[in-house]
Amino acid sequence: MEKFVTHTGTAIPLRRSNVDTDQIIPAVYLKRVTKSGFEDGLFAAWRNDPEFVLNQPQYKAATILVAGVDFGTGSSREHAVWALQNYGFKAVISSRFADIFRGNSLKGGLLTVILPQENVEKIWAAIEEDPTASVTVDLEAKNVRLGNEVYPFELDDYTRWRLMEGLDDIGLTLKNIDFVTAYESSRPSYKPKTLPARS
Amino acid sequence: MSKTLAEKIWGEHIVRSAQGEPDLIYIDLHLIHEVTSAQAFDGLRLAGRQVRRPDLTIATEDHNTPTLNIDLPIADPVSKLQVDTLRQNCAEFGVRIHSLGDAEQGIVHVVGPQLGLTQPGMTIVCGDSHTSTHGAFGALAFGIGTSEVEHVLATQTLPLVRPKTMAINVDGVLPDGVTAKDVILAIIAKIGTGGGQGYVIEYRGSAIRALSMEGRMTICNMSIEAGARAGLIAPDEKTFEYVRTKPHAPQGADWDAALAYWKTLTTDADAKFDVEISLKAEELAPFVTWGTNPGQGLPLNASVPNPAEIADIEERGAAERALTYMGLEAGVPLKSIKVDTIFLGSCTNGRIEDLRAAAAILKGKKKADSVRMLVVPGSARVRLQAEEEGLDKVFIDFGAEWRNAGCSMCLGMNPDQLAVGERSASTSNRNFEGRQGKGGRTHLVSPLVAAATAIRGTLSSPADL
Repeated sequence: MEKFVTHTGTAIPLRRSNVDTDQIIPAVYLKRVTKSGFEDGLFAAWRNDPEFVLNQPQYKAATILVAGVDFGTGSSREHAVWALQNYGFKAVISSRFADIFRGNSLKGGLLTVILPQENVEKIWAAIEEDPTASVTVDLEAKNVRLGNEVYPFELDDYTRWRLMEGLDDIGLTLKNIDFVTAYESSRPSYKPKTLPARS
Repeated sequence: MSKTLAEKIWGEHIVRSAQGEPDLIYIDLHLIHEVTSAQAFDGLRLAGRQVRRPDLTIATEDHNTPTLNIDLPIADPVSKLQVDTLRQNCAEFGVRIHSLGDAEQGIVHVVGPQLGLTQPGMTIVCGDSHTSTHGAFGALAFGIGTSEVEHVLATQTLPLVRPKTMAINVDGVLPDGVTAKDVILAIIAKIGTGGGQGYVIEYRGSAIRALSMEGRMTICNMSIEAGARAGLIAPDEKTFEYVRTKPHAPQGADWDAALAYWKTLTTDADAKFDVEISLKAEELAPFVTWGTNPGQGLPLNASVPNPAEIADIEERGAAERALTYMGLEAGVPLKSIKVDTIFLGSCTNGRIEDLRAAAAILKGKKKADSVRMLVVPGSARVRLQAEEEGLDKVFIDFGAEWRNAGCSMCLGMNPDQLAVGERSASTSNRNFEGRQGKGGRTHLVSPLVAAATAIRGTLSSPADL
């Protein structure tokens, strides 16, 4: 996984709440068996509308998505994270994310930043006023900077450390695999097994 | 210390706990399907890793599989590649798979319980958000992303932050014609699509206890629609009896030991939940959604809401957008809305009891000329059972299409989709824009409302017949 320490880019306002993962990437795009090439499915239905914010030329280069409350609800599809990353987004800002989407994003190195709704509104106003405004998402300092404004955010130390080091979870767990083996040695025999199959 | 049911199960699955780190939680059962696993197996291959516990892993094909002509090769080459990839991965890594055509194939959340692999006190995960279904057995079950699928394949564990606990109490007796589906739609309308975020919900109270296992699965299934990754119900005699006759139920001394353990799986009397919410069963009614998220629902007797009367700006905007998408006018009675398609199926309402309930209403009647109805059993086993009971004949005589098992029109990944502007009454779980096909409009309903609607052609409850 690529390290995430700080990212500076331009931002795009998505003034919609409850953006579910079916909108982020519709099911018909989920048939690929790779982690790449999902950018054409990103917000596919909404992108048919020429007025949709992603179609507006002043936001074409944006790498930070600023969305309404409850972003990423619904399906667990990690394709939603891949689609955002494949399109070029490095971070998403919202006042609340759905649990599974947030988990997926932080596993994959897409930084999801939680800011109070009033700060989301301020950022929306600023980037609508000036789409070329430079926005910095700083994981080390745990803040978002735009012009003279500094918006602090929280992220637990463990996840922050993992993202800043670019560490993958599986490697970390495998360092503790002896704990897993010990746990398995005391699992009750009545716990079901899929093999051999019974019918 | 007193504990809630969720806290007990969590505690019993901690492999490693360290200050400032998530708990490492052991996973008792990992369910797999074609859509969210390919990239995970690829990751294992790249790192030279094995599946740690193939004997705690099982796969089936459900999301993109066709429900017609299942004896022929899958027509869509991209779908076919995805299914073939799952089959190859299972063969390579030694994972048991139930493929299209197999009697145990079906929607992954229907297959687990019917095989008896879903049991009380377990941790169960799957790369699908409706894994919460298995919580009906008193298991801690939740959906995961593909990175987590890979993590479970490699280690049989997940690093997780302990969720908060929420109790939803439903006491009293449900009125006639009010089902588990109406209860959960009413709950989601009450707490909103984000109301359960960060929580495990425990459903409690006499109305929950009175539900069958199928009804409990319907409730737990839609926990994620309220934002909760998991929902569960304490196991009782109904649960034990349901599991006892299933193929993978514990046998002999193992059964006795399991049963003794399962009986401890209740929330302690003086345990505290972080949040408690109560609903009165008597006040509930058949429910239907009018908008584009599952929280936008009302009793069937109500009218389409007027966004102008919604105080919250955010919610008002969402309601305006939803009505535009749904092609609905504020103030129109919900019962006057004409639908084009009835979908009976999904992991929410595709079990045998759901088919029986709908068939009891349809029997001897004919569908409205203006509608088509798809009946898609949740699993091949449910389909066989229904055919044994003659339900297939009831549906076919009524004018419905009797299909093979799978997720089908719930998410429209296979050919079963709504056309642009088409309107459905659907027993599935999500009414998101385009969920059932690009431009399709979905009203979520119970199997009873779906059946009555198929007869009348407009949103209806059995009481309207």
